[in-house]
Amino acid sequence: MEIPRHWRLRKQRYGLVGEVCPHCDAKLFPPRDVCPECGQEAKTLYNFSGRGEVYSYTTVYEAPAGFEEVAPYTVALIKLQEGPLVTAQLTDTNGEQVEIGTPVEMVTRRLRSDGDERGLLVYGYKFRPILQQLISPT
Amino acid sequence: MEEISPKNILLKPARPVGIMGYGAYVPRYRLPASEVARIWTDGQAGLPIKEKAVAGLDEDVATMSIEAARNALQRASVSPSESRAVWVGSESHPYAVKPTSTIDAEAIGAVPNVQAGDWQFACKAGTEAMVAAIGFIGSGMADYALAIGMDTAQGRPSDALEYTAGAGGAAYLLGPAEKSLAVIEHTYSFVTDTPDFWRRAYQKYPEHGQRFTGEPAYFKHITESAQALMDATQTKPTDYDYAVFHQPNTKFPQRVAAQLGFTKEQIAHGLLVPVIGNTYAGAALIGLTAILDIANPGERILLVSFGSGAGSDAMALQVTEAIQERRDRAPKTQDYIARRIEIDYATYARMRGKLVMK
Repeated sequence: MEIPRHWRLRKQRYGLVGEVCPHCDAKLFPPRDVCPECGQEAKTLYNFSGRGEVYSYTTVYEAPAGFEEVAPYTVALIKLQEGPLVTAQLTDTNGEQVEIGTPVEMVTRRLRSDGDERGLLVYGYKFRPILQQLISPT
Repeated sequence: MEEISPKNILLKPARPVGIMGYGAYVPRYRLPASEVARIWTDGQAGLPIKEKAVAGLDEDVATMSIEAARNALQRASVSPSESRAVWVGSESHPYAVKPTSTIDAEAIGAVPNVQAGDWQFACKAGTEAMVAAIGFIGSGMADYALAIGMDTAQGRPSDALEYTAGAGGAAYLLGPAEKSLAVIEHTYSFVTDTPDFWRRAYQKYPEHGQRFTGEPAYFKHITESAQALMDATQTKPTDYDYAVFHQPNTKFPQRVAAQLGFTKEQIAHGLLVPVIGNTYAGAALIGLTAILDIANPGERILLVSFGSGAGSDAMALQVTEAIQERRDRAPKTQDYIARRIEIDYATYARMRGKLVMK
């Protein structure tokens, strides 16, 4: 049971809320309160657009505990438009070829149960190929 | 207080209310009804729809509502923190106890100065939340309120409902009529205790009264609410450009529309059940998003929901000029319907948690 941790991370997980450095304007995700670019305090909340592209990816067939029921699934490094690199699952990708450089957007999905079926449902960000491009490939 | 009579039965807010923004959501997986028939009737059963939408393994009413709500807010261009209510109507909330609405309110950025609550009235929970939002804004307690109808409905394997119990719904940000893309001109609700469909606590699948779900439930309540609203407003079917009725299957809304005097053309754009199934609390509401996606300023729409148990909410709307600049700000209902991945019964059984894993 990790209730306090899930609760503490809810804003960044549900809505990709990070921070912006008031000194050098670097966008930070995950939020860490100290800017890794200029070393000064950075506590201003910043809503990321959720847009980015696949930087690299791999598909998991032997899933770790808690993720068995959704295997196989693809995990990717996503380069966000604003700069940071985040690790997340890709979703809604069946039947489509994911490639390095595929444009993606953030969606909030169910990640897993905390423990068994009696535990907390954990929600958070995943990324999918941008909807409009799913509809009409360009 | 004046006694309620056919002339003054309408629910009148103290100030006019309208739709600021709307958003649809349909998951991408589709189970053809022929697959259900293949498994249980050797392919011999008549099919009530073509196919139904099925939620993915990582989707539920909370996640689907978040996406629909984000679409509604994007169209409205209203900050989520200005919405003073997030109300989610569903019969498939992810928790038995713990609100879906707090998850959604947190995810869209509407917390903490907000009312949040989950509504339950079978397929009418979404429009019930909408009527409450009309009252909330109409009284002046709030300027904006978000009402959502969303479901990932359950159907017992081999039951008639397994063919149709789909997934999807819509979110509406309501606000003052003068800023809206559609004014909600009139509202009326008709409710009785009619036991046509229910699910007891701890039961996985619902029970229904077979043909009893038709005449005394669906048809009685929808015709009563729609007719009472038209009588009180002195309107007739030809005064409306579009109509959308709750759609548990293809036949019921077609028949009730004909009974009330509406044409096939008037209900065509909002009749989505053949291609996404019955989305329960989302069914009438997502029919309305499909209409708003194509409606022109000045056109009138009649929305009539139905919830088992039983009741019906009727609303008359008129589209405003604002529709033209707002509707392209978010994906349209048909965009979600078009991103279709067909699945077989085995994949469906896995996605719906019907496989025993331990």
